[in-house]
Amino acid sequence: MALIKVDDLTLSYENIMVIKDLSFKVESGDYLCIVGENGSGKSTLVKGLLSLKKPESGTIEFGEGLRKNEIGYLPQQTSAQKSFPASVYEVVISGCLNSRGIRPFYSSREKKIALDNIERLGITDLKNRSYRDLSGGQQQRVLLARALCATKKLLLLDEPVTGLDPIITAEFYELISKINKEGITVIMVTHDISAALKYANRVLCMREEGWFFGGIDEFKKSDFANLAKGGGKDV
Amino acid sequence: MFEIFAEIFSVPVLVRALIVGILVSLCAALLGVSLVLKRFSMIGDGLSHVGFGALAIATVMNLAPMAVAIPVVIAAAFLLLRLTSNGKIKGDAAIALISTGALGIGVMAVSLSSGVNVDINSYLFGSIISVSKSDVVISVILALIVLFMFVFFYTKIFAITFDESFAKATGGAVNVYNMMIALLTAITIVIGMRLMGSMLISSLIIFPALSSMRVFKSFLSVTISSAVVSVVSFIIGMIISYALDTPCGASIVCVNIAMFAGFFAVGLVSRKRA
Repeated sequence: MALIKVDDLTLSYENIMVIKDLSFKVESGDYLCIVGENGSGKSTLVKGLLSLKKPESGTIEFGEGLRKNEIGYLPQQTSAQKSFPASVYEVVISGCLNSRGIRPFYSSREKKIALDNIERLGITDLKNRSYRDLSGGQQQRVLLARALCATKKLLLLDEPVTGLDPIITAEFYELISKINKEGITVIMVTHDISAALKYANRVLCMREEGWFFGGIDEFKKSDFANLAKGGGKDV
Repeated sequence: MFEIFAEIFSVPVLVRALIVGILVSLCAALLGVSLVLKRFSMIGDGLSHVGFGALAIATVMNLAPMAVAIPVVIAAAFLLLRLTSNGKIKGDAAIALISTGALGIGVMAVSLSSGVNVDINSYLFGSIISVSKSDVVISVILALIVLFMFVFFYTKIFAITFDESFAKATGGAVNVYNMMIALLTAITIVIGMRLMGSMLISSLIIFPALSSMRVFKSFLSVTISSAVVSVVSFIIGMIISYALDTPCGASIVCVNIAMFAGFFAVGLVSRKRA
């Protein structure tokens, strides 16, 4: 059984159907990029995958013991967050909340998970710094460490490089790629089609007139890739 | 100094005001950290106006003020929370709409009831003698609930304040917490309003959190600092009010302004050094 199996999924946003009869699968170890124009339903699909939105019809099934609250989600940053007074450690360990039920305090095991993920992302020296004093790239690393605390299997990244400069963006992509090679499945929503082609092994391309799902090579041959490149549009 | 304390402690109504004030300052500061960081601070302001309207109508109709004001303000808190989160009307406009509306209705109610002698001034700017015994009981219960919540659900409050989308995605009961915060804020405002005045009560929610954020860098230190700053400002304000015979609410706001200026300066200096 695949890690995630989506069958004939239909989702609406404010009573307008934005996704119709969508089907795709994510296998363990995949790096799936979801690309598409603004308004093509990417954000709605993310909400669906996170079980924050009920499907009108169709199903989203999780396999291999993945529980629906065990997705390492990296949301788009809000402006309020950028100036938030919180230490890096406080932010990262808050990713462990889903495994804790109603117990009020963090256990030593959770503290270790947080510290391990801080080290894994190379931000150990920032551990006691305030989140609001960090650069955009450093903030994304902190949020990624938090997401890794919430999951052992799957990362879901929603346009993670928005607002980062090209060098930091490239570093961030390398980091995601490394995490993927360490065995964590990655789903990334992105506008950046060239990054999708470079790092992903599967692509889900969403357009108003329909969708494409398949491997990178198939995608390159399909009309969807041509439209994406030729149109010069925000894809 | 000690004489002033001795004098205050010899008058029962002042002791009551002191107890209620300290507890309300504590609750307002703790809830305020979350409200300010979530960009919900104007909700506090809106609710205090609704509280004024409710109190005015209760007095005119000869009903128990708390029994009317608490449910009305709680209902308004839930309504504002819904309006700001689903975005049908822009949050700030919705708050302005509701707060000016409630203020208008309150003033109309008082003006039309010619037989009733209502001191609008004490509703708007607070009065120390209006604190009743039942206010003391309610504020003790309120403070116990707020403290319990901040100790035992602190990690969840942090997660939801910092990032609602992430908290939702990892199975946090975000709506329950938001409603809990709105409910407790509503009660804090209604109780604190009689002492501070409906025009000034929201300062207790906003000032301590903003002052603390100038200097402190982690959520825990901001939260603790807010609670301390708020209670200390209240006590100093109350002493000033007694010594200079100035209104209690306004005196406390002025102490809070001084605190903010102090924290602002410390923040500037420490950032320059860093």
